[in-house]
Amino acid sequence: MRMTVRIEPRLSVPPGLKLLIPLLSLGAALFSGGIFLYFLGVSPLKAYSVILKSSLGDSYGISETIVKAIPLTMAAIAVMLSFTMLIWNIGAEGQIFMGAIATAATVRYFSVDSRPAMYLLMFLAAGAAGGVWGAIAGYFRAKWNVNEIITTLMLNYVAMNLLNYFVFGPWRDPSSLGFPMTAVFPDSARLPFLWGTRIHTGLFLALLLPLLFWGILRYTRWGYEIRVMGENPRAASFAGMSYLKNVVLVMFLSGAIAGIAGMGELAGLQGRLQHGFSGGYGYTAIIVAWLARLHPLAIVLVSFLMGILLVGGETLQIVMRLPLSSVMVLQGLILFFVLGGEFFRKFRIRIRFLKGAPTEPLREESQPWK
Amino acid sequence: MDLPQPLVRMENITKRFAGVTANSSIDFDVRPGEVHALLGENGAGKSTLMNILYGLYRPDEGTIFANGRKRVFFSPRDALAAGIGMVHQHFMLIQSQTVWENMILGLKDLPFIIPKKTIRERILELSSRYGLEVQPDASVWQLSIGEQQRVAILQMLFRQAKILILDEPTAVLIPQEAERLFETIRQMTAEGHGVVFISHKLDEVMKLSSRVTILRKGALVGTVETAETTKEELAEMMVGRKLLFRIDRPDLAPGRDVLACKCLTARGDRGFLAVKSVSLAVREREILGIAGVAGNGQQELCEALTGLRKAESGTVLVDGRDLTNASPKVFIDSGVHYIPADRRGTGMVPNMNVSENAILKRYWNRPVSKGWFIQWKEVFSFARDLIARFSVSTPSIDTPVRNLSGGNLQKLMLGRELSDSPRVLLAVHPTWGLDVSAAGFVREQLLCQRERGGAVLLVSEDLEELITMSDRLAVMCKGEIMGILDRPSEVPVEAIGLMMAGTPLEDLQREPLSS
Repeated sequence: MRMTVRIEPRLSVPPGLKLLIPLLSLGAALFSGGIFLYFLGVSPLKAYSVILKSSLGDSYGISETIVKAIPLTMAAIAVMLSFTMLIWNIGAEGQIFMGAIATAATVRYFSVDSRPAMYLLMFLAAGAAGGVWGAIAGYFRAKWNVNEIITTLMLNYVAMNLLNYFVFGPWRDPSSLGFPMTAVFPDSARLPFLWGTRIHTGLFLALLLPLLFWGILRYTRWGYEIRVMGENPRAASFAGMSYLKNVVLVMFLSGAIAGIAGMGELAGLQGRLQHGFSGGYGYTAIIVAWLARLHPLAIVLVSFLMGILLVGGETLQIVMRLPLSSVMVLQGLILFFVLGGEFFRKFRIRIRFLKGAPTEPLREESQPWK
Repeated sequence: MDLPQPLVRMENITKRFAGVTANSSIDFDVRPGEVHALLGENGAGKSTLMNILYGLYRPDEGTIFANGRKRVFFSPRDALAAGIGMVHQHFMLIQSQTVWENMILGLKDLPFIIPKKTIRERILELSSRYGLEVQPDASVWQLSIGEQQRVAILQMLFRQAKILILDEPTAVLIPQEAERLFETIRQMTAEGHGVVFISHKLDEVMKLSSRVTILRKGALVGTVETAETTKEELAEMMVGRKLLFRIDRPDLAPGRDVLACKCLTARGDRGFLAVKSVSLAVREREILGIAGVAGNGQQELCEALTGLRKAESGTVLVDGRDLTNASPKVFIDSGVHYIPADRRGTGMVPNMNVSENAILKRYWNRPVSKGWFIQWKEVFSFARDLIARFSVSTPSIDTPVRNLSGGNLQKLMLGRELSDSPRVLLAVHPTWGLDVSAAGFVREQLLCQRERGGAVLLVSEDLEELITMSDRLAVMCKGEIMGILDRPSEVPVEAIGLMMAGTPLEDLQREPLSS
């Protein structure tokens, strides 16, 4: 008897499996996360219930979850756009930073009293700064075929250090007692909070952008081009689409949206530019976009779920004295298992036991050297 | 009857793949000293049956006997141990290694210090015995396809295969090389080897084999003695009805040049010149065939003629307009359409559905799109119309194209490229891998395009197809045009073969072929 294991592609996914696979993946992630928490000396069940209670247990928790979901949604839309074209923009974090720097610069040097004018200025500045940051990587890719994963990732560090230069240096608020942060923005540069919570009007952008890009990808010529280019670049040039032009354009737009997410976070929530303000939204957005299978509307939902994990994680740090990195581990496990589950959607594994044994060879293998 | 004991016998072999029966209770045997041809259309189950014999697949039912004893093969290693070797269409050779290194690939119990001298001697001995001329120290990537085939055959002989399975070995060869291969095969059978010759070319089968087994749609049609049958009979058994490759091509007076190039030069993907100073023109109401062994610049030429590849020098004219190095879109809008050889990789977006693929070449035009927006209703009705007119069989227009069969995929592509009544259609291997009826449909459509007043540039490796379809035939070798034949059907095939091997037409005309 011999056992053979064969991996075969599926032609179609059975409907039950479509639901079962993500649920099992999530379950497996939480289970292995539980093992990890157990070894940290924490009861996994208690930790998970803390996460749920703090993020969904009351209206404050829910509002905080939404606060986290706003920048996540925007950044995830940004990376989704480039991923759809199979351009690996890992640089949303840096593009968020550039958007934030541009916002702070606008407030510092071009402050006007009219709110709408101020909003427009900040919006354009953040979009342009993030967009250019993305387009640099896009241009290098288009012109010299430089791998965009490397350039976008490296540009993240450039942006981060640029931000540090400003908040530690020329833009530091003298009254901040030495903390690396700028002065608080004037009221005209602040997005209003809603319903007496920390949810700011950036929420509307976070709801509008997914709808807008869902429509663009589905109903416009350009959206069709982007999808074709992502699925098969050869077919795209065969159909006369300009891959190079669109790489730059998509990277600009992707960066611009991420930049605007940075603006929302600054003008809406934090009210000043400070060291390490983003908390890794640009990286988490990559997870969100893939978990949502690059569907713009699903991104909203997944961002909310990820918000639960972020809010719950912060509480875990306080209540159970767990390090922030343990929450990152949970995030990583979820991505790992959900993407791993993809494999079982695409392929099925067949294990078979073969009866009989191979017959003995008629003769020895040819060995002319003997 | 006094027949020799067969070297190998397959009994009642059945193999199913995901609901499709690829082989249903097939009997097959090979006797020493014979060439047993395995004949059938694409998809008839020839390769499946032989992959079972070679141990790559396990049969669902049935038994294999070698030298009279029952055998179970779990892998090609088991099959080789029983003396069965196979040369696939795509040779299983390591490109970066030398010929002698490929010989010992995967052999067990090699001494720690490889006895290179013994191995080389053995290669040279085998190669002179069977007329398989190779250089043991050459790297495989340096060899031509014909030479690589010799290495692949040697590899099996080196392993002392008594039975050699050759999967469509002549598909990649020019006629002279094929002739040489036949000599080798005759030498092997003279020494008592058994050869299985998989083919769908009737002439070769008639010429070479002593018996023929015909498969159709996975079932055994019969095994006949070659001497007691005719080409027509075999063809009928193969397709199931009397349908010989015959086309109705009325004489038409060609019109003006539609697509022309002058001294066109272009580089291949690896950077060296793949198209060298090519000048040709395709006219209205004309099919210009391009013959040549695969990889002699045909594909690069087509790409340079459609804006997909940069022309280093020379000009490309469409209806007299200079479009050298214009974008592919300009070519499409000027009525230049292209069916690439690589259908799934270049011509289609496999993960997108039939309707999304149907509009790939027209998504910027009305009524399929209006302004910035795609009009999906129009797209759906266009796609429905297309699959009806070109009889594409698909479950629905929402089916991803990757699930379509090769024939239906090609019909869809043909429909897409022809729906605009293009000025010129470039078709590269348009019937490759299609069954007889789908191939017939494709040829009919190409002739339709010609009768409608359009032009066709047809690249193919099937000489018979080229000769019957083309009004004129250009022969390419190493990126150059060896000559353009005005009446290809009146030229001896050997002359075309010589041109494919690199002899310019003028040289042939100076010294006419002696027969």
